[in-house]
Amino acid sequence: MSKTNIISDYCKIRGNKIIINDNTEFFEENYSNFGNFIKTIYKSTQINYPKFYKMDDLCKLAFVTSELILKCNNLSNKYKPDEISVIISNSCSTIETDTNYYNTIKDNSNYFPSPSVFVYTLPNITIGEVCIKNHFMGENIFFISEKFDSEFISSYVNNILDNNKAQACICGWVEYNKDNYESFLYIAEKNTDENNNKLIHNANNVKQLYLK
Amino acid sequence: MEELINTLKAQIIKVLNLEDINPEDINPDDPLFGEGLGLDSIDALELIVLLEKEYGIKIENSADAKKIFSSIRTLAEFISENRKK
Repeated sequence: MSKTNIISDYCKIRGNKIIINDNTEFFEENYSNFGNFIKTIYKSTQINYPKFYKMDDLCKLAFVTSELILKCNNLSNKYKPDEISVIISNSCSTIETDTNYYNTIKDNSNYFPSPSVFVYTLPNITIGEVCIKNHFMGENIFFISEKFDSEFISSYVNNILDNNKAQACICGWVEYNKDNYESFLYIAEKNTDENNNKLIHNANNVKQLYLK
Repeated sequence: MEELINTLKAQIIKVLNLEDINPEDINPDDPLFGEGLGLDSIDALELIVLLEKEYGIKIENSADAKKIFSSIRTLAEFISENRKK
């Protein structure tokens, strides 16, 4: 287990609530519609990125969560593009967008496959959106697992950091289906003197943050 | 023609999810790609689907597409001459 890497910042979005580094930054229980909720959060970030509106809901969730932690910790100011990795996981892959795409092709008499829906039928496009926006060029991968596996993710990310494949990694869990959405992204970085008061990046600490 | 241009503006905003853009913001003579609306290659494919779905038009010769998709006005002129529905 690595003792040299730390969790510098994290952001969780679930149940219309946003928690950043233990602080509840937003909570509005009256949003019944995810689209309105995530658009409100996007606008509150004051980021001007029109491509946001073209993304599917999974990407919007990953994008907004990543932007919120990067506002706390601008990795681009500290590391080169190829030193920043993005490792995300979920269980439903892109099931909602897969279904939406299927709906454009299931009827032979109304067969109009949508290119803009099709491009979001792979989960690693979520990583692509984060990387394109921020010009990150480090190792990236999207894992599918039944539930968030803190042991696996922390081990994988520590391996990348310990072997100098990256200096920092945005990692965690971003899930979206019609009944549920949840994101938990954190930044794992190599330890420095400035980071002495930060949590060690290990499975237990990651799990505690996720469950908190 | 102006009515078709206004219809096209609304359809393009809807199918391309241009949420921050209003119809009146679009100059029908501005380029659709690069400058102007700044559309990308996926948007171009989506516009081809729009032409087929809403107007029954298939673009047979891809070399013509650059001219057809120059602006909202050139697109409207092409639709006006070739629409099947």
